[in-house]
Amino acid sequence: MRAAIRVAGFISLMLSSGQLLADYQLDMRPGVTSFSQGAYEIHTMVMWISVAIAVVVFGAMTYAIIYHRKSKGHKASSFDDNTTLEIVWTIIPFIILGFMAVPATKVLLEMEDTSNSDMSIKVTGYQWKWHYDYLGEDVSFFSNISTPDSLSLATSANVDRTAETYLLDVDNRMVIPVNKKVRMLFTANDVIHSWWIPDFGVKKDTIPGFINESWIKTDKPGVYRGQCTELCGTNHGFMPIVVEVKSEKDYMAWLAGKKAEAAEAAASAEKTWTMEEQMAHGEKVYATNCAACHQANGQGIPNVFPGLVGSPVAIGDIAKHIDVIINGVPGTAMQAFGGQLNDADIAALVTYERNAWGNDVGDMAQPADIKAAR
Amino acid sequence: MSAVIEEHHDDHHDHKPTGIGRWLFSTNHKDIGTMYLCFSFLMLFIGGTMALVIRAELFQPGLQFVEPEFFNQMTTLHGLIMVFGVIMPAFVGLANWMVPMMIGAPDMALPRMNNWSFWLLPGAFGLLIASLVMSIMGMGSAPNFGWTFYAPLSTTYGPASTDFFIFSVHMMGISSIMGAINIIATIMNMRAPGMTYMKMPIFVWTWFITAYLLIAVMPVLAGAVTMMLTDRNFGTSFFDAAGGGDPVMFQHIFWFFGHPEVYIMILPAFGVISQIVPTFARKKIFGYSSMVYATSSIAFLSFIVWAHHMFTTGMPVAAELFFMYATMLIAVPTGVKVFNWVSTMWKGSMTFETPMLFAISFIIMFSIGGFTGLMLAVAPADFQYHDTYFVVAHFHYVLVNGALYSIFAAVYFWLPKWTGNMYDEKLGKLHFWISTISINLLFFPMHFVGLAGMPRRIPDYNMQFAEFNQWATVGAFIFGFSQLILLYNIIKTARGRSTEKATSQVWEGAEGLEWTLPSPAPFHSFTTPPTVK
Repeated sequence: MRAAIRVAGFISLMLSSGQLLADYQLDMRPGVTSFSQGAYEIHTMVMWISVAIAVVVFGAMTYAIIYHRKSKGHKASSFDDNTTLEIVWTIIPFIILGFMAVPATKVLLEMEDTSNSDMSIKVTGYQWKWHYDYLGEDVSFFSNISTPDSLSLATSANVDRTAETYLLDVDNRMVIPVNKKVRMLFTANDVIHSWWIPDFGVKKDTIPGFINESWIKTDKPGVYRGQCTELCGTNHGFMPIVVEVKSEKDYMAWLAGKKAEAAEAAASAEKTWTMEEQMAHGEKVYATNCAACHQANGQGIPNVFPGLVGSPVAIGDIAKHIDVIINGVPGTAMQAFGGQLNDADIAALVTYERNAWGNDVGDMAQPADIKAAR
Repeated sequence: MSAVIEEHHDDHHDHKPTGIGRWLFSTNHKDIGTMYLCFSFLMLFIGGTMALVIRAELFQPGLQFVEPEFFNQMTTLHGLIMVFGVIMPAFVGLANWMVPMMIGAPDMALPRMNNWSFWLLPGAFGLLIASLVMSIMGMGSAPNFGWTFYAPLSTTYGPASTDFFIFSVHMMGISSIMGAINIIATIMNMRAPGMTYMKMPIFVWTWFITAYLLIAVMPVLAGAVTMMLTDRNFGTSFFDAAGGGDPVMFQHIFWFFGHPEVYIMILPAFGVISQIVPTFARKKIFGYSSMVYATSSIAFLSFIVWAHHMFTTGMPVAAELFFMYATMLIAVPTGVKVFNWVSTMWKGSMTFETPMLFAISFIIMFSIGGFTGLMLAVAPADFQYHDTYFVVAHFHYVLVNGALYSIFAAVYFWLPKWTGNMYDEKLGKLHFWISTISINLLFFPMHFVGLAGMPRRIPDYNMQFAEFNQWATVGAFIFGFSQLILLYNIIKTARGRSTEKATSQVWEGAEGLEWTLPSPAPFHSFTTPPTVK
């Protein structure tokens, strides 16, 4: 009765106060690909058909509540069956469902057709970052959240929560050209993650040991953001995705830039680093890759992630320390970082861990040592 | 249901056992029903506290109260406790109390097994909650992989407490399977003379069908967790690709259990509503046989739709299409049930006591949950909804605004029969209104943040989602604390100091064998079966 009116009133308040709530999104975005728009259209159709049915059914209930009540003196009828009515209200919903199923089928078939693509990118989900590999281009890189301080209660307040891209920004964006059909291949390194960009209408689980496919094609340049959408461990909420769609010319320039970067990183593995350089670089590598578990202060979380302050690995034999980072510790959450970090990064990391937080072992590793240890 | 019932009054020599033994060794369906209900109410407050921890953290962007690792433990345990510790045991408690009385039987078919079915649960949940206590004490994480515990997160990467969790699930499963066997044996063999299947109350029908679902799928869950156990401890690789296994197979096995499970949690609710609405409309349930067929269709269909939880896993298109069509089909029999309830109300002579308020509210809010379910069934749209708050909104609408509301309705409806005292109607209505307003404040905004792109199971979020999350948190705290009104009312009614006494029939429009017994129902009832014409 009044429950129905209250609920209806609440809903219409929510829907109609569009101006008041202009900042607050009420509906899905149509997005920039043909199937994000297809999904949006079906979503809208099903929603409004549901609203129409609800209005009829809840309307009948409301009428009955007001007029067919004992306090108004209404006497109860005795009917308890009507086969014709039952058949009618079984068949009509069936037909309505048919109307919905046809466009849904069309959009789904389009979404799953990855043939005739112009390029392919392999996406690998890691705990807790993404890796992009531009197949055939020799360009690959990790994409981490740009604010590692967000990951812990102790440091969360250091990050500006009002930023428009709070929790939605990364250090290395995935970049694709406009108007090209980009085939996406998805896999994972450890647990199941899921790659989602709402504006593209693409969401696919990334499953370790398996490859899933999807595709993107849009004519709208811009920056599009998404998040991991499958619980993947502690920092599931902190592995955003950023895709930038550039003009073809800008994309080629970006690609060339990435290749140059890779060459530079290879070169830095040749030189000899000073302690100051190592500590500075190591702190950055640590913050991005290690602090999630071992914490910024190196103390870890008792019985969940071991601390590194005064730990046997960090202050003991350096060769063993290097081995743990390159090969991980099987049977635990400590991943093998050998495939994820280059020699210069690992060398700096080892140096940092051995000398930070009062560990002060005094020794350091050079990129050449890491290369030899692999 | 049309049956002319003879008035039947039992003897009043209630030889009740006394002391703690009465409860530990009970073979009485009423006492066991009471224990299930009290247990589930306690679990509601525990699981509810976890929800408040979650909502407190989600009040604003930023991490304010808990680390992400602990947050994941809260979401996991909240789900496990609410599904396995609140909704399922509460419905079993209602079944234990009411099914024998409704069919004119003296007790359940297997009273000793009934006792064990109950007492397994405090053990199972003691174990599960112990893992949380150990986590708080710094001994390692409690289960943190979601109530759906997908592999390999729960196998290769699961904390040590995962094995506690597996053992706990096994115990819960055994409890449910034994309970279901008991229900089927009771209904098939112990109906009073003259009570044919098509004369049984709808609540008995829905529990009969639910019991078959339980027996079919709880063993599948047991299989899934056993494969987890061997993957973790005995070197198998059912779900580990490196060893030749398949993580997606875990999802298939889990959801083959998981989808019928959600129907297990709603079919008894449908039964409760089908008892309450006719009573307060003073009119027989509309379309009794359609209700039975619709419930059976829903149960059958529930077995062939499981992969709609897995649209993003990379299934072949043909499979996605099949599961989409089959899922959409469930809307048909469900719609029939809603239309029949409305037709029962139509041209009745309604009064709106607390049970009827909760029942009408159920019909509206469950239908809203059903509509979002239909939206989710549409696979291409589901790619945008899956693993977002849109799904969270959907299942909370059907489980809280739906199943839990039907349990509240049932408690108010049957409490006078159980205790012999009328509950406080003013407090009942107060509980109803505060709960209903706050529950919509809590769950409705989740539709919006889900559509806007907020994923599930995250402890922190971007500013764009903040406003609706704040509303939801406010709603959560009000809803949580308003359950204390119900607690107070139940205790007040049970004690019976300043309450009105209840008659046998209790409600003017009540019909059925259970309403021929005195209130409170005697410890032993229908020791001689009544005859149903």
